[in-house]
Amino acid sequence: MASKVQTVTSTQAPQTLTNEEILRYSRHLIMPEVGMDGQLKLKNAKVLLIGTGGLGAPLGLYLAAAGVGKLGLVDFDVVDFTNLQRQVTFGTSDVGKPKSQVAQARLSNLNPDIQVQAFETKLTSENALELFKDFDIIVDGTDNFPTRYLVNDACILLGKPNVYGSIFRFEGQVTVFGTPGGPCYRCLYPEPPPPGLVPSCAEGGVLGVLPGIVGSIQAMETIKLILGSGDSLAGRLLLFDALGMKFREFKLRKNPACPICGDQRTIHKLIDYYEFCGVRGEEAPAPDLHVPEITPREFKARLDRGDDLFVLDVREPHEYQICNLQGHLIPLGELPRRVHELDSSREIVAHCRGGKRSAEAVDFLRKAGFKKILNLKGGILAWSDEVDSSVPKY
Amino acid sequence: MAVRVMIPTPLRVYAGKRDSAEFRASTVGEALAQLTGEFDDLRRHLFTDEGNLRSFVNVYVNGEDIRYLSKEETPTKDGDTISIIPSIAGGSR
Repeated sequence: MASKVQTVTSTQAPQTLTNEEILRYSRHLIMPEVGMDGQLKLKNAKVLLIGTGGLGAPLGLYLAAAGVGKLGLVDFDVVDFTNLQRQVTFGTSDVGKPKSQVAQARLSNLNPDIQVQAFETKLTSENALELFKDFDIIVDGTDNFPTRYLVNDACILLGKPNVYGSIFRFEGQVTVFGTPGGPCYRCLYPEPPPPGLVPSCAEGGVLGVLPGIVGSIQAMETIKLILGSGDSLAGRLLLFDALGMKFREFKLRKNPACPICGDQRTIHKLIDYYEFCGVRGEEAPAPDLHVPEITPREFKARLDRGDDLFVLDVREPHEYQICNLQGHLIPLGELPRRVHELDSSREIVAHCRGGKRSAEAVDFLRKAGFKKILNLKGGILAWSDEVDSSVPKY
Repeated sequence: MAVRVMIPTPLRVYAGKRDSAEFRASTVGEALAQLTGEFDDLRRHLFTDEGNLRSFVNVYVNGEDIRYLSKEETPTKDGDTISIIPSIAGGSR
């Protein structure tokens, strides 16, 4: 059941629009669903974007263009070359620059009548409540579970709506959490997956247009919350499958036993979300696999010496096409039934892109009785860095 | 009574890369048991060692969360769609 949107912007002294603003927003103003009242609500609204990357790009661009009066941008990252395939706020000349600052400049140029504030910082349990308190709506466009639970909990503690979107490869999820009486992220997913069980975006990849679509839906939901019109996604999880070009909808219920928004809540303040998610540090580490390793330089030296080394590549065929070390390709998932292709009497060096999947392969093969097997430390990426820069990184 | 189980993108790699599968099953539990019986790797991702559905995986029958129905005992009828919806986190980097 769709819940009617309630206006969440703070009430301020009514303002007026300048003649220039009236011209800029004329396509809004001539729509009765927005009109002067709605445009003033947008002007008085304060929205905080967590993440200025794939989802943050369309969010920032459309919310700035629509005239949301104050936009906050939280991101500690710098623009990377691999971001440009989908993070359309950034240009090639921005590579290496702080994302929040580049986005601030881009959005201010798009709409000088609004206030854009960059927070070049990592969102933490220590700063989240302080950052959120000056904003009406929080929009979650991050890329990891600890930050998503942190955003959820901070929103619930402060009573602010959380416009949620997440993506994987060609699939997206969108909803609105934290509206009065509505469910929260913990109602939907009480716990995150353990590290390593679900591939991350960096491993799984993402179709560049997907965050454009999902982020745009988040922007639309944010504007509807501000205007107080239409049917909000609160209480509904929208699932988007870009390949099948299908939108499906699932009911979301407030969980009465939810630890943060339920009747008997057990969480009253922000916690350590890395510990909660079983993660230490920024990235989910490989499961604790201690397998024998060889560095790219040692590997190169042994190949040059003419040592008999069998190179096993456990990546997927489409990755092999990008670059390879002429290894024997057996994708990790096929290894158990293709073990017979390997000769346990020869010394094997297993590799993947970054060293994580091949560590699993080495662990598996050692348990299967292979004694002379090494993991290429850092994978083909490290090989490119340390041995042969002509091998492209991806 | 054929029911269709929709397999989400992140878990397709453990299900022979299929996006859905059809089973004759009269409950959600039966359908999932047949699915994970066919794809052993998938079992580890959907269920804990104790055999409980993992808490980052939600299962829906025709848009309704089975946690608010009869969980895995939820009956299914011909033409029903069971959807497995795991949490995904991607978005920024």
